[in-house]
Amino acid sequence: MVSQLIDKYFRTERLPHIWCPGCGNGIVLRSIVKAIDNLGLNKDDVCVVSGIGCSSRASGYLDFNTVHTTHGRALAFATGIKFSNPKLHVIVITGDGDCSAIGGNHLIHAARRNIDITTIVFNNNIYGMTGGQYSPTTPTGDRGTTAPYGNIDYNFDLCQLAKASGATYVSRSTVYAANMIIKQVEEGIKNKGFSFIETLTICPTYYGRKNKKGDAVDMMNYLKDATVNISLYERLPEEDKAGKIPIGEIYRTTRPEYTEKYEEITKLF
Amino acid sequence: MADKNIVLMQGNEACVEGAIVAGMRFYAGYPITPSTEIAEVSAAKLPKVGGKFIQMEDEIASISAVIGASLTGQKAMTATSGPGFSLKQEGIGYAIIAEVPCVIVNVQRGGPSTGLPTSPAQGDIMQARWGTHGEHSIIALYPSTVKEVFDMTIRAFNLSEKYRTPVILLMDEVVGHMREKIELPDPEDIEIYNRKKPSCDPGEYLAYKVKDQDIVPEMASIGEGYRYHVTGLVHDEFGFPSNDGNVAEKLITRLVEKIENNIDDIVECEEYKLDDAEEAIIAYGSTARSVKTAIDTLREKGRKIGLLRPITIWPSPKKQIESLAKRVKRIVVVEMNLGQYYLEVDRIAGKFTNVIKLNRVNGELISPRDIISFIEEG
Repeated sequence: MVSQLIDKYFRTERLPHIWCPGCGNGIVLRSIVKAIDNLGLNKDDVCVVSGIGCSSRASGYLDFNTVHTTHGRALAFATGIKFSNPKLHVIVITGDGDCSAIGGNHLIHAARRNIDITTIVFNNNIYGMTGGQYSPTTPTGDRGTTAPYGNIDYNFDLCQLAKASGATYVSRSTVYAANMIIKQVEEGIKNKGFSFIETLTICPTYYGRKNKKGDAVDMMNYLKDATVNISLYERLPEEDKAGKIPIGEIYRTTRPEYTEKYEEITKLF
Repeated sequence: MADKNIVLMQGNEACVEGAIVAGMRFYAGYPITPSTEIAEVSAAKLPKVGGKFIQMEDEIASISAVIGASLTGQKAMTATSGPGFSLKQEGIGYAIIAEVPCVIVNVQRGGPSTGLPTSPAQGDIMQARWGTHGEHSIIALYPSTVKEVFDMTIRAFNLSEKYRTPVILLMDEVVGHMREKIELPDPEDIEIYNRKKPSCDPGEYLAYKVKDQDIVPEMASIGEGYRYHVTGLVHDEFGFPSNDGNVAEKLITRLVEKIENNIDDIVECEEYKLDDAEEAIIAYGSTARSVKTAIDTLREKGRKIGLLRPITIWPSPKKQIESLAKRVKRIVVVEMNLGQYYLEVDRIAGKFTNVIKLNRVNGELISPRDIISFIEEG
């Protein structure tokens, strides 16, 4: 089954990918492709836009219309693409640094507009491609090459950021719960508006090694143990929520979509 | 015969009028003085012609959205000033290497930084040329009247589509805000160039392969069935990233040569009273208008002097400057900076004639009287 997906949706001549052994990015990418397959989208109608970083290299491996943009700007490019041709299914692949540090402004405004773009964040808690610097999602106290004495920054809750900014579908999953990613990407693409899907992935090479998190299997086990389904999480007593990360559908609402609103203006003339 | 279409129009407004005639159907921008009217007029006019306007969250987002729109096949533009032009440089570099046509308007103001927001200046000459990092060439046009803003905006789109490259339209604050009576041409008389699109089977399409004698590859639009990869990394003919030094050398050389080898097509200059000139002034934009008045007065006093006005400022009109340098005893470069284009003129003309400069950076125009005094004194 996996190989069929690869033959159908990957540019096989571009493989192998650049990711390290133990990296979780392949699981996220396979899940995205599986979701697209489940929805039966025409490849010509799908545009995958990515920024800069390890995860953003994913666009080059996929046999869709693919645009590998500048650092942090994937959502701004994607806004131009979607607004200009609303018939396209526009999917943004980005990382934690790409989307919430250098691209943070574009994230909150794309969400605010509720433009019909599905954003999938590969959150590995670190800048991997540049060699392990702390990112806006590196937990406070953890180490990176630029936080040799521990990170003093407060880390973002990306889902709450997206929700507060106006996203109409917000969810979180992990590379341990791959089937959940598939379901969430399907829901995100089906949602007529801005969808934000955070996938917690693992970087054993930099984040893991720097913070003594063990090997890839250990890090997968951590994701299994640290995450709780949102419906369960909400019923937990406050003292039991510490150290737990809620996963599942975090938020969903309905609000007019940007390109459709503009279409109404065009119809005035 | 139809009535002439004569209107009173502001420079910034003429820019939008020209853009729409050229086929602009997408504008993304961010408010900044003194270019804001370009966004305002675009916001009002684009939905009426089936186009799209979006006010983005910042300048970088604006150029990024413009590039995205162009990739879907739309002609797209953004406009900015001073500090915003600095921020556009990231996207300009991307559009150069990924060969995405688009037009960037910079209505200049005094700098550096926030500088003199409402005053004219010509301080972005070198930034237009070298603002983005890495080896590259660039096309930049410089109108000096409202009518020319209309014409040069159309030309900017045409060159952008023809050479698949970003084109910069530099304007002076006074040209952007000045109102002049202009005659708009019949749209049917205006030549419009559209990017070459592939006709081959999608399976055979190589996004960055050039055909035979052509130096510009055919460009498919996203959503038309030609699925390909676009990147800001050095890439091969398929569009995929490559670390191969030969691939990099070939790509960067072609990107530069597609402009530098077509200078005769790209460069446009105006010659004013140069036929018998013994000395010459080189100036552009609004400054050239002061120069023309000064030349008329100086000629009345018997001086054989004329003007060479680059309308295409980059690539510079090397042949025209060199030819002029060989027949005049001196060239004066007049500009509202401390001698940016002087450097380029002196590089080309300095070995043939004496090149001197007249400059100002106080936010005021250089008047005909200033120019006359300067010429007569030295």
